[in-house]
Amino acid sequence: MKGLVAAALLLAVLALTSVFVGVGDVSFGTLFGQEASGQAQQLLLVSRIPRTLAIVLAGMSMAVAGMIMQMLTRNRFVEPSTAGTAESASLGILAVTLLAPELPVFVKMLVASVFALAGTALFLRILRAVPLRSILIVPLIGIMLGGVISAITTFIAYRFDLLQSLNAWMTGDFSGVLRGRYELLWLSFALTVVAYTAAHRFTVAGMGEDFTTNLGLNYKAVLRLGLVIVSLVTAAVVVTVGMIPFLGLIVPNVVSMVMGDNMRRSLPWVALLGAALVLACDIAGRLIRYPYEIPIGTTMGVVGSALFLYLLLRKRRQLG
Amino acid sequence: MIEISKVTKAYGEAVVVNDVSLSLPARGITSIIGPNGAGKSTLLSMVSRLMPMDRGRVMVDGLDVATTPGDVLARRLSILRQDNSVSSRLTVRDLVTFGRYPYSKGRPTVEDRGHVEQAIAYLGLEKLADRFLDELSGGQRQRAFVAMVLCQDTDYVLLDEPLNNLDMKHAVTMMKLLRRAVDELGKTVVLVLHDINFASCYSDHIVAMKDGKVVHQGAPDVLVRPDVLKDIYDLDIAVEEVGGRRIGIYYF
Amino acid sequence: MARSRAIPVLVLLGLLAVASMVAFMTVGARGRWDFILPFRGAKLAAMLLVAYSIAVSTVLFQTITNNRILTPSIMGFDALYMLIQTVVVFFFGAAQFAIAGPNIMFLAEVVVMVTFSGLLYRWLLSGEMRSLHLLMLVGIVFGVFFRSLSGLMQRMIDPNEFVTLQDRFFASFNTIHTELLLLAFAAVLAVTAVGWRLLHTFDVLALGRENAINLGVAHKRAITIILVLVTILVSVSTALVGPVTFFGLLVANLAYQVTGTSKHTVVLPAAILLAVICLVAGQMVLERIFAFNTALSVIIEFLGGITFIVLLLRRSVR
Repeated sequence: MKGLVAAALLLAVLALTSVFVGVGDVSFGTLFGQEASGQAQQLLLVSRIPRTLAIVLAGMSMAVAGMIMQMLTRNRFVEPSTAGTAESASLGILAVTLLAPELPVFVKMLVASVFALAGTALFLRILRAVPLRSILIVPLIGIMLGGVISAITTFIAYRFDLLQSLNAWMTGDFSGVLRGRYELLWLSFALTVVAYTAAHRFTVAGMGEDFTTNLGLNYKAVLRLGLVIVSLVTAAVVVTVGMIPFLGLIVPNVVSMVMGDNMRRSLPWVALLGAALVLACDIAGRLIRYPYEIPIGTTMGVVGSALFLYLLLRKRRQLG
Repeated sequence: MIEISKVTKAYGEAVVVNDVSLSLPARGITSIIGPNGAGKSTLLSMVSRLMPMDRGRVMVDGLDVATTPGDVLARRLSILRQDNSVSSRLTVRDLVTFGRYPYSKGRPTVEDRGHVEQAIAYLGLEKLADRFLDELSGGQRQRAFVAMVLCQDTDYVLLDEPLNNLDMKHAVTMMKLLRRAVDELGKTVVLVLHDINFASCYSDHIVAMKDGKVVHQGAPDVLVRPDVLKDIYDLDIAVEEVGGRRIGIYYF
Repeated sequence: MARSRAIPVLVLLGLLAVASMVAFMTVGARGRWDFILPFRGAKLAAMLLVAYSIAVSTVLFQTITNNRILTPSIMGFDALYMLIQTVVVFFFGAAQFAIAGPNIMFLAEVVVMVTFSGLLYRWLLSGEMRSLHLLMLVGIVFGVFFRSLSGLMQRMIDPNEFVTLQDRFFASFNTIHTELLLLAFAAVLAVTAVGWRLLHTFDVLALGRENAINLGVAHKRAITIILVLVTILVSVSTALVGPVTFFGLLVANLAYQVTGTSKHTVVLPAAILLAVICLVAGQMVLERIFAFNTALSVIIEFLGGITFIVLLLRRSVR
């Protein structure tokens, strides 16, 4: 419990830092001091606070979504960007943008999550054709499936001159977040809370279908609930800020290394550390090339793949 | 003659072969036996330069295996490991033809082709010669690899558990064939074997290893004795004489 | 058996390749020939070099790693090359890039590339990593890492200089960097000369390390040389058109299928011809008939990804 409080404090410090980092002059002085200006307060309310909130919400829910996927596939290396989920969501957004551009964002997100659900189901379907479930073949197939889906997406986007917008969904970027344009992420937060209340079921499902049935739980129902949560969360994040690669992979892995796989216990940690990691990466992205910004998709790509490599090579003996 | 002097191999803390010195006589079958993890295969790999040694030296007919060019050694000594999986799609004849590579560098002559057919016949693979390796059973594939090694026509033939995957009939055929190669062609064969009775019936010389060291060696009638086997395997093994051969019985 | 099928297959592929080259040079040509011929000729030459480089590098890479699913680009080779390009611009600036001229830069990049990939992949392929799946996954993630790192460095470069780099990062058979043609040709020629002398070892190396050593091949040396050759070829193709992840996988596996053999004297020419046919004919059809421009690389990615999944599944069934 003490640890959790410390983690929450760390998150709060990072969040405060995030609020005060940026090109516009926002500081205690400009907000409350002598030279207080309405402009700084405006900037704070319209841009900085929404941005920080968006980061925290997206970070939490993506990390938890990754954790759920790992439980359900019983594989440590699966998350929305290694299972075709995120790529399917972008295909969905592209489709709805082409066919019915006037629909509200919320409906677009729903369409995207239907695609994400279908893509993930396809992934699970292919996995059933793998008789011996080698741990590593699963993410390999997922990454390739994602590649195939995004090739289709790129082709369509290219045909209809939408490559520019496609790029926006493919690389996560919080710089465009303003009040009124991130609120969908509260939905993914709500779903994270739902996941927490159902945590025990996911833990049980993580031990396998037979085990779950033996305990009197409906395995299929747990699986469906998990997939719906993951798809909705992924779609909401991709629609509002774009893909954040590897987040759902590394955070749960690190947490599980330290405290095992009881989801009730580890989920708060995953959520807090997910948010903290994204915040840290976003702050770094804003500072490295000040006043320009490096999008979160890029910084997370570097940090995430480096950590992923570490996880793979560290476990070399056990896996090989 | 193969002379092994003070050879050591370790993986981190674990010493697999510990300061082994041994000389294996030319002409004849030498079997290396011992419990799992005794270092038999590792020793064989080092003798055949598949694996570098940490310390020590191996000489084959006066050639140091660590410094002699690979293609010179390949005409003197051949080695077959136990797990042979090949990703290329090859027929049995293709594979056996590779045995001539040290001589012809990929351009087999008429004479080479003669050797190939001879080796195929020696192993009784005529009917399978044009089948692809991935269409064969484990035992048939094993025989194809042995044919390749024989086709290499080296004085020294090293085989790591050649009876793996073979049924009883083919195991006996294989041992008889190796015996014939020794008696008729004057080869030197070194085997790692798990079955002490095959070692007893067909070897001229047996080397027993345990925990990375050579613990016993000698002719079959010296080695295959209850007290010696007890020392090697830590198991009570009765020894009976059947038709002039010493057979160990350890099933009950 | 295999031999009797190999010759007609190679002849047929050769004819198709020539036909697609002729078609590429002539179809839809309007205007003066003395303008069209050199323009299309340079493009065709570049495509031939790329096809040759990708086909040969993939087949050889699969030979030394003893499997038919890994390729240099899946293992992140071309991503590494892109990263090196970025690092060069990052530290010396685009201005330097222009002064030194593309040829000098290309040479420098190849040298750095050979050194780095030598270190990294010698380590990865040293056989310590017993599981092929682990090796693949590590390679893919290394690729992602290199790509993200170059993405990050591009962002840190002055946004104006960034533009000079950006167009190099997407595979396009339409904007081939023809200024490198001569040097690329020389590099490919040199690689071929060295490879020619090793030709007879390729079949033996495909039998795996232990069998190759038993048959007298200086395994470590051969692997090192081939890895260097592969690296140079990857640099050539990446410098000319950018990264094309799955093209090699497609043509190499097609070549194994249509020839039904593993002999490099058959597989290598078949893979080269198939690559030429796919690239030249594919580009011609898409560009002249459908007027798609960058679509070829996307289609290759699509088909290649599916092939990869199928290969993975089939392997694990066996």
